[in-house]
Amino acid sequence: MARHTSIESTSNRRWAIGFTAAAAFLFVLYHWIVPNSPQPVHDFVQGWFSNANTNEMIVYIIMALGLNVVVGYAGLLDLGFVAFWAIGGYVAGWLMSSFLGNFQINIFGNPAPGLEMGIHITFWWVLLLAGGFCALWGIIIGAPTLRLKSDYLALVTLGFGEIIPQVFVNGQDINGFNLSNGTQGITPIDPIKFFGFRDLGPFDLDYKFVIYSVICAGMVMVSLRLRSGRLGRAWLAIREDELAASMMGVPLMRTKLSAYAVGAFAGGLGGVVFATHINGVFAERFNFSISIIILAMVVLGGMGNVWGVMVGAIVLSWINGIGLQQLGNTINTTFNTDINFPSFNFLIFGSLLILMMIFRREGFIPEARTRLVMHEHDRDNEEVQ
Amino acid sequence: MTGAPGRSAPTIDPKDLTLKISGAIIGLVIVLWLGKNFLYDPGQFLTVAIQGLKNGALYALIALGYTMVYGIIQLINFAHGDLFMLGTMMSAFVITTVLGQSSPGPAGYAAFVVALVVSMAFCGGLNVGIERFAYRRLRRAPKLAPLITAVGVSFVLQFIGLRWNGSGQKQWQSVIPDGQINIGSVEIDVQTIIIFAVTIPLLLLLTWLVTRTKQGRAMRATAQDQDAARLMGINVDRTISFTFALGGALAGAAGLMYQQVVGTTAYNLGFQLGLIAFTSAVLGGIGNLTGAVLGGLLIGLIQGLNDGLVYGLGQQWSQSVVFTILILLMVFKPAGLLGKNVTEKV
Repeated sequence: MARHTSIESTSNRRWAIGFTAAAAFLFVLYHWIVPNSPQPVHDFVQGWFSNANTNEMIVYIIMALGLNVVVGYAGLLDLGFVAFWAIGGYVAGWLMSSFLGNFQINIFGNPAPGLEMGIHITFWWVLLLAGGFCALWGIIIGAPTLRLKSDYLALVTLGFGEIIPQVFVNGQDINGFNLSNGTQGITPIDPIKFFGFRDLGPFDLDYKFVIYSVICAGMVMVSLRLRSGRLGRAWLAIREDELAASMMGVPLMRTKLSAYAVGAFAGGLGGVVFATHINGVFAERFNFSISIIILAMVVLGGMGNVWGVMVGAIVLSWINGIGLQQLGNTINTTFNTDINFPSFNFLIFGSLLILMMIFRREGFIPEARTRLVMHEHDRDNEEVQ
Repeated sequence: MTGAPGRSAPTIDPKDLTLKISGAIIGLVIVLWLGKNFLYDPGQFLTVAIQGLKNGALYALIALGYTMVYGIIQLINFAHGDLFMLGTMMSAFVITTVLGQSSPGPAGYAAFVVALVVSMAFCGGLNVGIERFAYRRLRRAPKLAPLITAVGVSFVLQFIGLRWNGSGQKQWQSVIPDGQINIGSVEIDVQTIIIFAVTIPLLLLLTWLVTRTKQGRAMRATAQDQDAARLMGINVDRTISFTFALGGALAGAAGLMYQQVVGTTAYNLGFQLGLIAFTSAVLGGIGNLTGAVLGGLLIGLIQGLNDGLVYGLGQQWSQSVVFTILILLMVFKPAGLLGKNVTEKV
């Protein structure tokens, strides 16, 4: 047992070093190298790997790691993950802006000058509050549905993912109460205070990158630690055979609900981070395709494997954000064609999902264990029911 | 709830009782709400209800496709709604572009019939193709795999729709006359009558196919137990293909009627309607054909009442109402209205 722990802690240290090095490199790149480099280099980096896109990638990594707990670890298909993103975003909107103007509360908050009305709570507290609030919603939506078969669960989460954004879109007048400012959204969000010496407004992308990386590292650590702990092993047991797991004394309800709560917590974190990244919350951004993109990140990367999911999130958010457009522009100018590449988004995501499921079900960087489960060919339909 | 739990435990489970009581309260609130609306203006109530049933008939046709596929291979076919969407485009293409009909009249009605056949064949064939190339290889894989594949297929079909129809909505002229029939203060559109005139024979035909023919019996046998059906000499692959063809054809018929009645086509139409139709299938009890029809009509009715009545929440809450029903249903009656509870066996 002791030996086991020591192996794990070394591997933990290893990833921490790698992660810090990568984050530090990116920070240096964006903070010093790119602004001081010649114009062509500057344009290349900002065109292909822009600052804003990197920050968005981190939001997607956080979300995907959260969904990975639900889908990858516990094997519960959640098709409405965007709901937690939305809720997290709106918690940031309520607690970090002058939107709720009837109150004037300031708890270590950092309101911009002239916007002192409303509730202003420090970013770090809001992270926890939003995470907790989302976890609560995860339990509320999970509790009544978890005794159902998995495909019903998928459907209920899907319905939830449709209702929540609609509530926010229509929420400018719920019996006279303005919940969400409707389609106009809530903006601006308070700047984050960076170690007390600098307010991070919408354009301080490189400093924000540091903060987001810290949150992301926390999420990676939580994912890894949970996975090897008692709860994580219970999740995997449920994923592989629910009936057998419950026979072995795994409390099904509690274990599944905690997967939901942890996943939703991460969704809330992602929501707050995204709200500070784009300096606002806009109801119409939260649509079904985001749920699917996050799911695709988890599935393509390798369900259950933190590194696979991270790679999936980085690649897909890059393709979705700027990659496809940039590749398209390059191809169009090189071959003198006029093809609208972003319009192929649906085709690319759709066929990627289909082809992956048919030919490489376990994802690009799978866990050995997932690969075995996914290729149990002689498993009977009747048994799976 | 206040009684001694020890004594009443064998007969009444307190958890069960709470569920029953809260279910009854929700039911009562709905009945009161309906009564209030009905008393406010009976004529309008019935008009709105019939409008709702008109949509409900379309939901029923789409829901049948979901429920049949689920019944036979336990797959939520996410792409089914998008198949319906392609059906609307095929109908518009046949009636307006190929046959050039844009107004009521004998030629228009003939075009309607032609488009019905073409659209049903097109969607049925497409559905069989999807099953053949995507789902069949995954029949023995863990459940998550075919489900995600279905989502992928849905995206690919949406891409086809996007290419075919453009990114916006398109308006089309209808060959169905606009008029309405008044019975007292109740108005019934000619469109509604035509929808029912097409839907009811289709449903009768489907019932006949499933209950009276050899192929239908094979379908039911495969749904019950695939391996046993195979042992009895049933060609399971062909039976599943047949089921997909039937489901697709019904979606094609629904597509034609939607295109003619609502008059618009859009590439993202299938997602919303598909979800509503699936909710209908679950409401009726998934796997149950009568249940799907009943669920579709009910959802249409509820949606119509919510959108059209004075005390309704209005159209912008339409989706939320439908999904709230779905979630409530999952809590109170997971097997659906006509479904049976099945316990898991090893």
